[in-house]
Amino acid sequence: MRLRHLLILVLVLSVIGTGFFVFKWQVLGFPLSADRDADTWTVEARVAFSRSTAGPVKASFGLPSEPPGFRIFDEQFISRGYGLALEGEGESRRAVWSLRRARGEQALYYRVTLFRDRTHQPERPVPGFPPVPRLEEPEASALDELVTRVRQESADIATFAAGAIRVAQGTEGAVRLFTGARPDPAAQADLVIKILHSARIPAQVIQALRLADDRRDAELEFWIMVHNGSEWLYFDPREGRRGLPANTLVWSWSGERVLEVEGARSPRVSFSMRYTIEDALRVAEFRAQRDHPRIVDFSLLNLPLQTQSLYSILLLVPLGAFLVVLLRNVVGISTFGTFMPVLVAMAFRETQLLNGIVLFVLIVAAGLSIRFYLERLRLLLVPRLAAVLTVVVLLMALVSIVTHRLGIEVGLSVALFPMVIIAMTIERMSILWEERGPAEAIKEGIGTLVAAAVIYLVMIMPAVRYFLLVFPETLLVVLAAILLLGRYTGYRLTELLRFRALAGGGK
Amino acid sequence: MIRRRWRALQAAGVMGINRRNADYIMPLNPRRNFPIVDNKLLTKERAILHGVPVPELYGQLSTPHEIRDLAGMIAGKPGFVVKPAHGSQGDGILVIMEQRKGRYRTAGGRLLDEADMEHHITNALSGQFSLGGLPDQVMVEYRVRFDPVFDEVSFQGVPDLRIIVYRGFPIMSMVRLPTRQSDGKANLHQGAMGAGIDIATGLTLPAVAPGNIVLDEHPDTGARISGRTIPHWKEALHMAARCYELAGLGYLGVDIVLDAERGPLLLELNARPGLNVQIANGDGLRRRTEAFDPLGERAHTPLERVALARDMARRGFRADHAA
Repeated sequence: MRLRHLLILVLVLSVIGTGFFVFKWQVLGFPLSADRDADTWTVEARVAFSRSTAGPVKASFGLPSEPPGFRIFDEQFISRGYGLALEGEGESRRAVWSLRRARGEQALYYRVTLFRDRTHQPERPVPGFPPVPRLEEPEASALDELVTRVRQESADIATFAAGAIRVAQGTEGAVRLFTGARPDPAAQADLVIKILHSARIPAQVIQALRLADDRRDAELEFWIMVHNGSEWLYFDPREGRRGLPANTLVWSWSGERVLEVEGARSPRVSFSMRYTIEDALRVAEFRAQRDHPRIVDFSLLNLPLQTQSLYSILLLVPLGAFLVVLLRNVVGISTFGTFMPVLVAMAFRETQLLNGIVLFVLIVAAGLSIRFYLERLRLLLVPRLAAVLTVVVLLMALVSIVTHRLGIEVGLSVALFPMVIIAMTIERMSILWEERGPAEAIKEGIGTLVAAAVIYLVMIMPAVRYFLLVFPETLLVVLAAILLLGRYTGYRLTELLRFRALAGGGK
Repeated sequence: MIRRRWRALQAAGVMGINRRNADYIMPLNPRRNFPIVDNKLLTKERAILHGVPVPELYGQLSTPHEIRDLAGMIAGKPGFVVKPAHGSQGDGILVIMEQRKGRYRTAGGRLLDEADMEHHITNALSGQFSLGGLPDQVMVEYRVRFDPVFDEVSFQGVPDLRIIVYRGFPIMSMVRLPTRQSDGKANLHQGAMGAGIDIATGLTLPAVAPGNIVLDEHPDTGARISGRTIPHWKEALHMAARCYELAGLGYLGVDIVLDAERGPLLLELNARPGLNVQIANGDGLRRRTEAFDPLGERAHTPLERVALARDMARRGFRADHAA
């Protein structure tokens, strides 16, 4: 009866926990791990032009649309008194700024925040075969010659495209006819498209931005997109290399100029960008906020950042407790106190594992010898505990000072150990030492350290921390597992060793 | 390998800690009856009420300034035992063999002065040895002059009997023999040896040394351990069976000492008895408890239960023979 009750409770908790989790993951699109979606880029386009006399100005600027590998989640326009209209849809989306009386140097900004989502690869329409370009002589025969050459050196569409790119970079007469005396990327890209279209291969020029952290005054680069019959291939027209690098943001799906200004001189576009990693959670929050505001209002992600970082640690405690249950009741490690290993593991987070263990052993060993000395003074229990606590604090200060003098900075982090916990450990260890012998005391001490190390190693996984903060409902599943372990009546692994004498088949 | 060992232990009916806690202690031992076993003063009180013999209580101390009353309690008593009322696993028990002019000689041969004694009692009163570190009381009681039957197989101290009582049936037992390592105490955690006892006959089996090694020779005296008859065995079983009613606990460890003159005396009860008794007997506890389960409430009085348990032991605790 009781077992059935427990099983139902466990089932209900697991279903609620996983249900919420799956809903947030699948429907709200919360990313499963921080590293995949943590890449957030803020790209700012500065649109500038000038006008010496006051007069009407209209600037039309192409906006990015469905760039592969990214998702747009925020856009801002900084227009300074200009009227703003968004025109077109999808690939032809443009921002149109207009002002009746503009004068002098003008600068407008468009800021877009994107996050990396490699799974986001929007389908591009499959094109028909392009018409062969109609050209006058001598361009027509020059192009024929180039196409023939590329065709001879290629085996399929991909190698044909690569060949076309290589040829377009050449300096011989036939190429110069198209690209001019001083080759410029736009003309080169245009020639590549001409060669490809002559072979009736669907191809187009696109413009993309190479993302690099803190890059300023960046410009759009031309890329070639070729359809090989089943999928689109991207080519770098400068090197002929295939594939779009991960940090390339497709801004425009055509080779046309991104900025067109009427009524002003010297239009310029320059891009600056910034990379942020902490924004992964904000991204998830933003997306859910947009689609399901109710649910997100009750999310930890809505708390102030400081509280959030506190919770990202607090949420690890139940996981640590679960590990303690596992280590004690299933493995059978004996530790000081029930949740001491969790607290020690928390301290390890600051000191790093190896340093943490060394410092812990150092402080406890020193404290223990002081405790044995105090034992000879015949002190009452509470004053003795207080004395040990005082000595522990002094020892910690000493360790910090000495290691600092020696230039070992990690020694400073000793201050992060919970000193009351250490004083209690020393007290318990010394009683155990006297009553059950050093072997038992050291065994439990090692058990505590091993448990703390295991818990620490799980706690520091960034994926774990992220996962619990974004999906705190999974703690219900942890709770269900803890409840289930509460009815675990099997042997502890250490008991298999303890009762080995009885394993001889029984009577 | 783990699977095989697991299966073998399961086949032998070996009880693990998780099993003991979840399937025996939790359902059979109501929490409200724990104080009876956790507080040794209360145990003694109840035992006297139920006519179970116990070592005589010389007095009890509750506050540090009562320590001066100690002299009055032990006047004219050559030896005595100082014991925290809530001590667990034998912690804090001080066995004094003899006292002379404010000097005390312990069972382990250590010599203590007044200040040492006072310190020990103060520590015990402030809860150093009690569960949870709560303030405690200290009892001063009769030191058992143990039966000479164990002289050859124990190193000083008091050897005692541990009898596991399941729903009133004594199902498994061992004698715990102090060693030099255990400082004269009969606690397995402190290095004492445990030797199983045949419930039917009261004959000892080979002992278990610390580290769970089966050993038929006492490490300090070199004498053989198995094949010794426990005196007053029937009486000891009867006492253990009565502790079921006394404590109201269905799964109980009963610790009994054998006094040379007074016979078996109840030392203490344990609501969470250890599992090493299985190694001492080379048998699993679960195998034995399961043999009693089909019996239901057939035996009512302690005497009937002892008779049934001995009968069962003679048949090797096989359930099919019980009905």
